[in-house]
Amino acid sequence: MSNSNAVAEGRSDVRAVINQITLRHVGLYGSLLALLVFYLIPLESGLVTSIKTSESLISTQPFAPPGPDGITTEKWTYAFNALGGGMVNSLLFTIPSTILCAIFGSMAAYGLTLVKWRGQLLVFVLFIAGIFIPYQSVVIPLTQFWSQYAMLEARFGLILSSRSATILELIITHTAYGIPICALLFRSQYKAMPWEMIEAAKLDGASLWAIYKRIVLPLSVPMFAVVFIFQFTQIWNEFLFSLTLIGSVSDPAASATLILSGLGQALEGTDYPLRMAGAFITALPTLVVYVLFADKFAEGVEV
Amino acid sequence: MKRILSYVRERRRKRRVRADGGTVDRSSTVRRWLDRDIVRSAPFWGPPFLLMGFFVYAAIGWNFTLSLTDFSGYGEPDYTDLGLGNYWTMLQDPAFWEATWHTVVLLVVFTVACLGIGLALAILLDREIRFKRTFRTIYLLPFSLSFIVTAQFWRWMYNVENGIVNQFVGLFGLGPYSWLGDPDLVLGAVIFGLVWQFSGYTMIIYLAALRSIPKDQYEAARVDGANTFKMYRRVIVPQLRPAMVSASVVLMLFALKAFDFLYAVFGGYRPRQGSDILATLMMREAFGNSEWAYSSSIALTLFVLSLAVIAPYLYTQYNRGNL
Repeated sequence: MSNSNAVAEGRSDVRAVINQITLRHVGLYGSLLALLVFYLIPLESGLVTSIKTSESLISTQPFAPPGPDGITTEKWTYAFNALGGGMVNSLLFTIPSTILCAIFGSMAAYGLTLVKWRGQLLVFVLFIAGIFIPYQSVVIPLTQFWSQYAMLEARFGLILSSRSATILELIITHTAYGIPICALLFRSQYKAMPWEMIEAAKLDGASLWAIYKRIVLPLSVPMFAVVFIFQFTQIWNEFLFSLTLIGSVSDPAASATLILSGLGQALEGTDYPLRMAGAFITALPTLVVYVLFADKFAEGVEV
Repeated sequence: MKRILSYVRERRRKRRVRADGGTVDRSSTVRRWLDRDIVRSAPFWGPPFLLMGFFVYAAIGWNFTLSLTDFSGYGEPDYTDLGLGNYWTMLQDPAFWEATWHTVVLLVVFTVACLGIGLALAILLDREIRFKRTFRTIYLLPFSLSFIVTAQFWRWMYNVENGIVNQFVGLFGLGPYSWLGDPDLVLGAVIFGLVWQFSGYTMIIYLAALRSIPKDQYEAARVDGANTFKMYRRVIVPQLRPAMVSASVVLMLFALKAFDFLYAVFGGYRPRQGSDILATLMMREAFGNSEWAYSSSIALTLFVLSLAVIAPYLYTQYNRGNL
């Protein structure tokens, strides 16, 4: 008698727990999904809009896909033709400066972390402050420097076309401004590195270069991955230097972001489907890198 | 080149003699100096430091000098006649004060909103749930995109006739509004788009900080009978303070230089009335109006403002030994 009572009570307990869990779960997953919609709806709307004809653009909801007769790939083709050259240019300066940033950043972090000397913290502070300075406060001297003093095209016109001169300017500029964040990322790892190992190598008479090459670099491989992923998206996405150093959208060295900023703008108004297609094409390399290496990207953000 | 080579050879020879031992070393002070760690490590940190230092610190100094000239239009700056005239003009320019006001509003609202939403996202994800990584990845996704790209999406979102935002407020019987055209709405609309893009960033910072809080603290709070809300408020959130401080530094510094998004949303150097901030004013005076010297003084103001944010932060980090 009392036994069956207990069982019944137990059951209703279980049911109460289940009810509670489901309610809480519904609330939790409901909010998570609502947020998912919030973060994705601009992209979703952009994607469906990019394949709409001008008629279906007006007749369908902005978030709804077009009907079967309202689909066109014309905008994607047009955007791809407009942006193709810019994508190549962007890759041409993004990849070298990403690699250079990573190498310089790792070297700086090594010299400032794993070799101890007085005053190194001050030098490092100058590096960190370099991450945060508003580029507005350097951009006029920067354009002056490249156009009035360095003048790569005028000096090396024999070996550099105007396009490659501009791309070289962008490589150097992006490298210089990317070094601080890379140095910070590498330092965060080097600080946690096993100090005894380096001390032991020093006692064995290994030179600083040997320690760097044999011990530090092999251990930095994961951080190099983080820096590559993070810095690639940063430099690819960058706009201010493209705008000021390249100068015009029609320049043969124009980057993808620069071309996108003026795409499909006419006196009659904005061609939204074309813009959306262009936005996705421009974002494609970063999206691929991000989706494949989301954890590495997050690691780069965290530090 | 030859001289360098012979110098190197000479040094090698000297060293060899030294390695053989016994020879009197004339250059022992030089040698001691070369053996100091600061010098030995210089080949590593020196080149990146010089490259970065030239483009960052020398450029800021150059920018300051430019702001003392009256350089505008084509031609070259005249560095012989320097004065503070541009700063005087700036302080009397109503456009400057308007942009400053908008910058302050953007900085405060944007930072607070990102911190709040990021915290909510982090707390939601700080538990055992399915597809946790997928949720996290998608919330951070906008942050991986270029402002030029996201600006295109928001232009379409804010479209007066066909935009989703107007459809959404229409559900409540409001609108349609001209989000990017109305001077009273435009700054809020820009901030909303930027918060969409940056709240995932704050979430990641909080999640990293939450991960470092020992799990037994959660359990202890539970044993003490605290509900989830109380537990977070009393036990967990206070420990997120350092993360909150560093995130808000990054957010505020971003707000000071936000230019790309506004340029792309409005398709040029002039943002719609009501959304001009110092970063856009500076770029417009420089590259739109060729007022190089005047815009340098605005640029320097921006630099000083960001220094006012970053210097106290770095100083406290230094004192705590966190650098």
